[in-house]
Formats: sequence, C-alpha cells, structure tokens
Amino acid sequence: MNAKSLVSITDYSKEKILRILDAAAEFEARPNRETLKGKVVATLFFEPSTRTRLSFETAINRLGGRVIGFSDAANTSTSKGETLHDTIMMVSNYADLIVMRHPLDGAARYASEVSSLPIINAGDGSNQHPTQTLLDLYSIYKTQGTLENLNIYMVGDLKYGRTVHSLLMAMSHFHPTFTFIAPSELEMPEQYKIFCWENGIEYREKRDLDELGEADILYMTRVQRERFQDLMEYERVKDVYCLKNSMLDGTKDTLRILHPLPRVGEIDMDVDANEKAYYFQQAKNGLYVRQAVISDALGMLED
Amino acid sequence: MEDSKKEMLVAAIENGTVIDHIASEKLFEVVSILNLAHSSSEITIGNNLKSEKQGAKGIIKIADTYFAPDEINRIALVAPNAVLNIIKDYKVVEKRKIEIPDHVIDIIRCFNPKCITNHEPMQTRFDVIDKQKMIVKCHYCESVMEQNQIKIK
Repeated sequence: MNAKSLVSITDYSKEKILRILDAAAEFEARPNRETLKGKVVATLFFEPSTRTRLSFETAINRLGGRVIGFSDAANTSTSKGETLHDTIMMVSNYADLIVMRHPLDGAARYASEVSSLPIINAGDGSNQHPTQTLLDLYSIYKTQGTLENLNIYMVGDLKYGRTVHSLLMAMSHFHPTFTFIAPSELEMPEQYKIFCWENGIEYREKRDLDELGEADILYMTRVQRERFQDLMEYERVKDVYCLKNSMLDGTKDTLRILHPLPRVGEIDMDVDANEKAYYFQQAKNGLYVRQAVISDALGMLED
Repeated sequence: MEDSKKEMLVAAIENGTVIDHIASEKLFEVVSILNLAHSSSEITIGNNLKSEKQGAKGIIKIADTYFAPDEINRIALVAPNAVLNIIKDYKVVEKRKIEIPDHVIDIIRCFNPKCITNHEPMQTRFDVIDKQKMIVKCHYCESVMEQNQIKIK
C-alpha cells in the first residue's frame, strides 16, 4: 500500500489532520497554482456523485494538473464484468494519483492494496468519505478558531450517517463534548458510544432538538424516510428535527450550523439568511481541503 | 483424574493429533477449515459425545499429522475452546489450547452484502478486536461481527 493514500480518516494522525487544515488555509488564500503541472490524476467514479467529482476535479485543475477518468461505471469495462482489481491495475499504468468513488464498502482499501499509486477515497459505499470529514473539520476550525474543547451537537440520523461517525472519530483528538440528538430508531450506535467512553469523551443523548444554548457547532443530517419501518414515526420525527430560525434565539453568537448537504427538510429555508448558517460555505471549503489532500498524496506538502 | 474411557478415546491413535472439545454444531466447520476432506491421513470423527464441560462435543483424530500453530489457530473462530492433544506412541505427550490470532486471513466471510470482499475474487481479512467475545472487524468495509455472525468462507 502506498503510504500517501487516504482511505479512512483514521489513516491520519492528529498532527497530520492539523497539517492538512493549515495547508487548506493556504490554498484558500491562493487557490490557483501550477504545482501539479505535468501530473495526471485519475478520477474514477464507479457511481455518480456530481458534487464530489466536480470538487475534486476543480481542485486538480486549480493546481495545474490534468484529469482522466469516468463519472459513471456504466460506460466502462466494469459493466462488462471487469474486476475492480483489473481496472485499478490498468489505470495505475497511466496516472500519478487515483481518486475513486465506489458503491461497495471497502473498495478503496482494496484498491490501495492493489495499486502502487496513492489512492484518495472519495466515498466507498456507506463506509468512509474522509475528505468530507476533513472539510467538516476545516469548517469547524475556521469558524471557531480552534478544534479543541468544543461543544458539538449532532442531530438527525446518527445511526446510518457515516459523516457523523467519521466526524466523531476525527474530533476525538481534540477533547470535544458531544450531544447526540436523534429519534430512538436512529440513535448513535453502541460501538461509537463505547469509543467515546474508552477515550474519556463526554457525551449525552437527547430526543428533542431544543436547549441549544451551549452549542458551538450544530451538525445537522438528513433523516431519510426509507430508514423507518413505521411511517407514522417518520412523519412525527421529520417535523421534530427541522431546525427553524426561531430556535436559534439564545444560542451563542459563534454558533455555526453545518450540514453535509443535500438537505431535504431538516433546515428551514428561513435559517439560510442567519449568519450562523454555514452549510453553503462548508461545501466550498471542500475545494481547499481537497487541494491539500491531493498535494499531500503527491508528496508536495512538506512533512 | 480424567475419565479413563475418554482417555482411551483420545489416545486411540498411535501417532497424530486429536482435537477435542469442539462444540458439536461447529465440528464440520472445523473439518472444513482444516481442509480434512482432502487429507489422505486416517481420520476418525466423533460428534455429539457427552461432555461434562460443554454438554455435547465433537472430536477429531488425525493419524500421523501434526499442525503448525498458524494452521491450527485458524479454527479459533469457531472452536475457541478446543484442546489439541499431540499423540506419540499412544500417549498424549502435549496438550495445547487454541490461540486466538490477531488477524484472520481468508477463513471467514464478511456478513455485509455490500462489502467488496463479497464481490471481488480476493482474500478476506479481519482484525480480532475482542478475543474473549470473539468480535472481529472487517479490514475492508470496517463492519464489526460478533461470534454468532461469523460464517466460514
């Protein structure tokens, strides 16, 4: 495996995370560079994800690199039955770096073992999406000035939402206090609560989205209808977990609201104008973080 | 003192290995993991034998065969309580407990249908995260499986 790969957020140490965030700040100050001139990056999207692909490809282009790849496996030899192994071997002949998204869990880890090139995981099924986590961290870092000792409220689907699990693992380096707000069907899984307990991280669990006065970060997630067996319960929960502007009265001035997007109904549009709404800037931060991750994978950030 | 009948049962081969204290329902999984179907050694298999320790147990006797630790520890996932008796000249010269390995390579199958290992011709790999409770984590999809969810590949 190439040591520069980023498959899971746990591949990065605390120091590495901070180095990436510092680099992201530099890219934000000056995004257009020529550091990737002469480099070819393959973006292999075995399942479509326009938002993530455009963010990666913009990052590569702004660094002066070139992009090859595909945005949907339907037009590739994968649809003829080629194994992932063979596709990765073939692409490894052409590119300097592979960015990949795949519908199956663990695909990126496997690719990183098959290829001699560094692999950046742009999402493997419902497993990991580490650049999403890094952009969440960067957004927190940028808006709070620090990652240490923050009150993080996670709201919505805490059971299946991979973004909250990865964020929890990554934040564990920085002495957070967590508040998990979810319906009983979508509670934070036991393994993550055990992880908090083992690492001395304080957390509490709530059912209702209220009493937000202590929060530094409100991390909202999508509550998906298909997660519910009882649709009546969904209808009830859907409204309970909708953030409205009036609910932000009495919250800290420095509170920021994050959401991995796309949102459906979890954040009322009347919140958008509030300066505490940060989800659109959050998405933009992904560009700088990806510039940093790509540069690191190609050995262009000093260690 | 051990029951003398049982001692006889265990020692009834001249040279070889007796694997004792296998849970009855896991006996044939052990046979499969050790690939005994393709062995040309003399093999005696007993199952549903009464055991004071575990109710019903299985036992496998393999003549003229000794296993390397790596080889035998593969059965830890399904038979963590198994005991290995090394037989020489009709005598038990060594009794060994199974050691639970840190990693399990290409023995079990991931229970996550969306795991890459269930779609590619590749080895599976699990990290044993709790040796007491036999909880394993897939190296690829990161799913956590408990002992009762473990299936042999």
